Amino acid sequence: MEDTIAAISTPFGEGGIGIIRISGEKSLPIISNIFSPVRKDPIKNRMMTYGHICDKEGRIIDEVLTVYMKKPGTYTAEDVVEINCHGGIVPIQRILSLVLSNGARLAEPGEFTKRAFLNGRLDLTQAEAVMDLISAKADKTFDAALNQLEGMLSDKIKEARKELMDVLVDLTVNIDYPDEDIEEVTYQNLISRLESVHRKTEELLKSVDTGRILKDGLRITIIGKPNVGKSSLMNGLLRESRAIVTDIPGTTRDTIEENINIKGIPILLTDTAGIRDTEDTVEAMGIQRSKDSFNKSDLVIMVMDSSRSIEEEDREILKLLEPSKAIILLNKIDLKSQITIDDIKEIKDNIRILPVSMKDLSFIDKVEEVIVNMVYSGKVSQKDSIVITNVRHKNLLENTEKSLADAIRISKIYEPLEIIEIDVNSAYLSLGEILGEETGDDILNEVFSRFCLGK
Amino acid sequence: MKNIYMDNYDVIVIGAGHAGCEAALASARMGSRTLIFSINLEAIAMMPCNPSIGGTGKGHLVREIDALGGEMGINIDKTFIQSRMLNTAKGPAVHSLRAQADKTKYHLEMKKTLEKQKNLDIIQGEVTDLIIEDKRVRGVVTRTNTKYGAKAVILATGTYLHGKIFIGDSNFSSGPNGLAASEILPENLIKHGMKFRRFKTGTPARALASTFDYSKMAKQEGDKKIIPFSFMNDYLEKKQINCWLTYTNDKTHRVIRNNFHRSALFGGEIEGIGPRYCPSIEDKVNRFADKKRHQLFVEPEGLDTEEMYIQGMSSSMPEDVQREFYHTIEGLENIKITRPAYAIEYDCIDPLELRPTLEYMGIKGLYCAGQFNGSSGYEEAASQGLIAGINASLSINGKKPFILDRSEAYIGVLIDDLVTKGTNEPYRIMTSRAEYRLVLRQDNADRRLTHRGYEVGLVSEDRYNKFLAKQENVKAEIDRLKKTMIKAEDAEDYLQSRGSHSLKGSVSLYDLLKRPEITYESMGKIDINRPEISSHEIDCVEVNIKYEGYIKKQIQQVAKFKRMETKRLSETMDYNSIEGLRLEAAQKLNKIRPVSIGQASRISGVSPADINVLLVYLEKMRRS
Repeated sequence: MEDTIAAISTPFGEGGIGIIRISGEKSLPIISNIFSPVRKDPIKNRMMTYGHICDKEGRIIDEVLTVYMKKPGTYTAEDVVEINCHGGIVPIQRILSLVLSNGARLAEPGEFTKRAFLNGRLDLTQAEAVMDLISAKADKTFDAALNQLEGMLSDKIKEARKELMDVLVDLTVNIDYPDEDIEEVTYQNLISRLESVHRKTEELLKSVDTGRILKDGLRITIIGKPNVGKSSLMNGLLRESRAIVTDIPGTTRDTIEENINIKGIPILLTDTAGIRDTEDTVEAMGIQRSKDSFNKSDLVIMVMDSSRSIEEEDREILKLLEPSKAIILLNKIDLKSQITIDDIKEIKDNIRILPVSMKDLSFIDKVEEVIVNMVYSGKVSQKDSIVITNVRHKNLLENTEKSLADAIRISKIYEPLEIIEIDVNSAYLSLGEILGEETGDDILNEVFSRFCLGK
Repeated sequence: MKNIYMDNYDVIVIGAGHAGCEAALASARMGSRTLIFSINLEAIAMMPCNPSIGGTGKGHLVREIDALGGEMGINIDKTFIQSRMLNTAKGPAVHSLRAQADKTKYHLEMKKTLEKQKNLDIIQGEVTDLIIEDKRVRGVVTRTNTKYGAKAVILATGTYLHGKIFIGDSNFSSGPNGLAASEILPENLIKHGMKFRRFKTGTPARALASTFDYSKMAKQEGDKKIIPFSFMNDYLEKKQINCWLTYTNDKTHRVIRNNFHRSALFGGEIEGIGPRYCPSIEDKVNRFADKKRHQLFVEPEGLDTEEMYIQGMSSSMPEDVQREFYHTIEGLENIKITRPAYAIEYDCIDPLELRPTLEYMGIKGLYCAGQFNGSSGYEEAASQGLIAGINASLSINGKKPFILDRSEAYIGVLIDDLVTKGTNEPYRIMTSRAEYRLVLRQDNADRRLTHRGYEVGLVSEDRYNKFLAKQENVKAEIDRLKKTMIKAEDAEDYLQSRGSHSLKGSVSLYDLLKRPEITYESMGKIDINRPEISSHEIDCVEVNIKYEGYIKKQIQQVAKFKRMETKRLSETMDYNSIEGLRLEAAQKLNKIRPVSIGQASRISGVSPADINVLLVYLEKMRRS
């Protein structure tokens, strides 16, 4: 029986709907596990069903439409389930993650198409195209997967993996060299070492849940003239965020970048006002540079002072903004107003405007809410490879955690070392997969470099 | 010029070491007319290094050879002088049998077996060339220019090819143990296109038994209850000898360190690569400078000799230095060395040039086995010899090749590693090299392999019937244990004696045996009416019950693994022409020519995406 695979099958950042596709024998059991239909009817072949995707605690993750298609008349000629959810990264990511924890495996690049071909759903003339697709997608994914791990986290994973390697080396030596003059591994020692790695893995998993695992996040840029409240916004978002990971000073001195996290959404916040007390105004940045910075951003927050009248530069910038990817924060509404919402709408229709007074710190909640809504609705999105990588890492960490928990459990009942080794080794392999490290003879090499063995 | 052959054979085996013997016996037993050459008939199944067979991983190999109808297990059962089951403190998957052999008897028994074997001829002689026509082997030429025709030839030349012994600053052409090296054959093999590399191994000194002080060494006895290697032997009773344990010390290390410059190993004369798991004593002292002592075992070489083998102390130091450092060791102060330690360097091929049948890719009908392929150890050699012998015989009869995969046998792991990944040092099996260790146990080698050996005609009716009876007995006993219930009060005393908690109501003996502290043997106290079954059968019953859950889980993984192994790749595939394969992958695949998608996936430099491309390509070929 082939594995059951799952993947996101809609392009990212395009509108309101995301589709997660599952293919294989376990498709139906998986969807039955995580989906609760509103009308409580059982899932029927080729019928769209409305309901909710819920996690194992029963919390609703998203409202969705699902359809189950029985084999063989499907794209892959296997049982297929499609979940239509909201198009934002967060629901997609959470649902895919849940599908994987319930027994599916993340599809390899081009795997659905590969299965479609192998199972006779695509004709011979398409073979070359399928092979090209597989190799092209594999290259892209590979590039994306590397370098995405945030530095500190990749260090933590390496550290956990190193500890596991040490355990494996000791197990291997004990098993394969019973007659040597070598310290025996005791169960007590084994359990405490495994528990230490297990704790680390659990911490890592928590950080994935809060979206902290990737270097990249949703890119939000704050712009605005001096003294309009950019720094208050920045500080507010930073203070509110409980998950500041690193301070990455910009490579040039005119921006500051911070990794923050808003309700599980990883965000790379760029403040263009890095040298805000000097001549760094939007004007000074120049129209061209503003354009560039918009292009790099997934979302732009422009802060304006409502007590000052609109100037020519404001108009220029406003015209450049893409309404679906921007928010205007109209600050200082407690003062005598010079700008109204209509003034702005006249320049740029459809743009989201949020009147606030930054004196009252609750404005941050409003801003966050708007950001989250835009992300959930799929208006604002990020590159698909990042989402995939995040889900993949989470899945691998979950596997690691599970294997380690098993290893600890059976160590406590003194099962033989070679049985415990199986779980320890699979945890080790999962961590290696996150780091993209090849594992071959690394354990044996380590064994021979550390121990003097043989006759 | 037409060759005139003295005689014509189906299969000719060059070399009668552990690989050659198994190869010749397998081929002859499968009905092929077979000839085996040895430079010296006194060297048949010679053990030029340690006087033991088995150990972790290696013991598994011997059981597998036996299960397939090979000879090593039977021969060691006839000739061992001490037997131990290693690793009994750990689980059943890594229990490993090891026996001390009487070297001379081992050789004599094997020689006699070859001599008595139907379809098998033996000739003392040096093969100096192969006769090759159209890239196919046709026969061999000996030193006396005699030619023998053959449909298949098996090279099992051990450490003889360009063999060179190193002791201190002297080195000279030699095979193992003072036998002549083979100097002409390797030159001719090179002419036929073979490429060689140099590997190195070593052996410690031997000394007279009467010159050791046993009061200073720790005694190591054999097991009280002997478990035979061969599935053909249910029980064995034998008087066993002792081995002795002692350690090096500061003084030993000082002598060695002071003489590093005189070691052949550090003198730079040895170009061959030695195994990391079998370092010479100077290597140990050098690489593990902070280790205070190294253990060594003193083991008899046989019952009819006074010579003792000093395991753990191989060396390429000059003789005077050897004597000096051996004499610093407790118990060895006055030993009289009969044979000095030496290092030996020899030619071997890159096993990546072999098919999983052990046929050399460049020449049809030419098979290779043992140290010639870059492995190390008697058991590893014998395993390959057996597989080469089987495949040589099958191929000349136009039958399907015999390949064991990684989930079926350690032999499969060994050969797959060699021909798929290659090796940079003399290759030794280890249980950690196997992915499915719980399935590849020594107790179930027959269950895994005997039917396979029977199918190719190597396993005798006798062995096969015995095997079937055993399976029947094991099954019947497991069923009986499931049905036999025991009441709490009847089990109480016994459970207390095992430190096991009391029962509530009654439970089956089957469930009781699942408890870690309960053994089948001890359970005899509360299981009065049990049938008499053999120790092999007890092993199987116990393991199957105790580790059922884990084994089942691994069997599922094996099923997944098998899917990729059964997707066959054609010999003649041109990987360069497959669109979508990366260049590196295509080159590797063209070189190694895997027989299955599974094997392809284990080649370094072949990515999962390449494998997917291959799968699509295969389907395309199938349909068009």
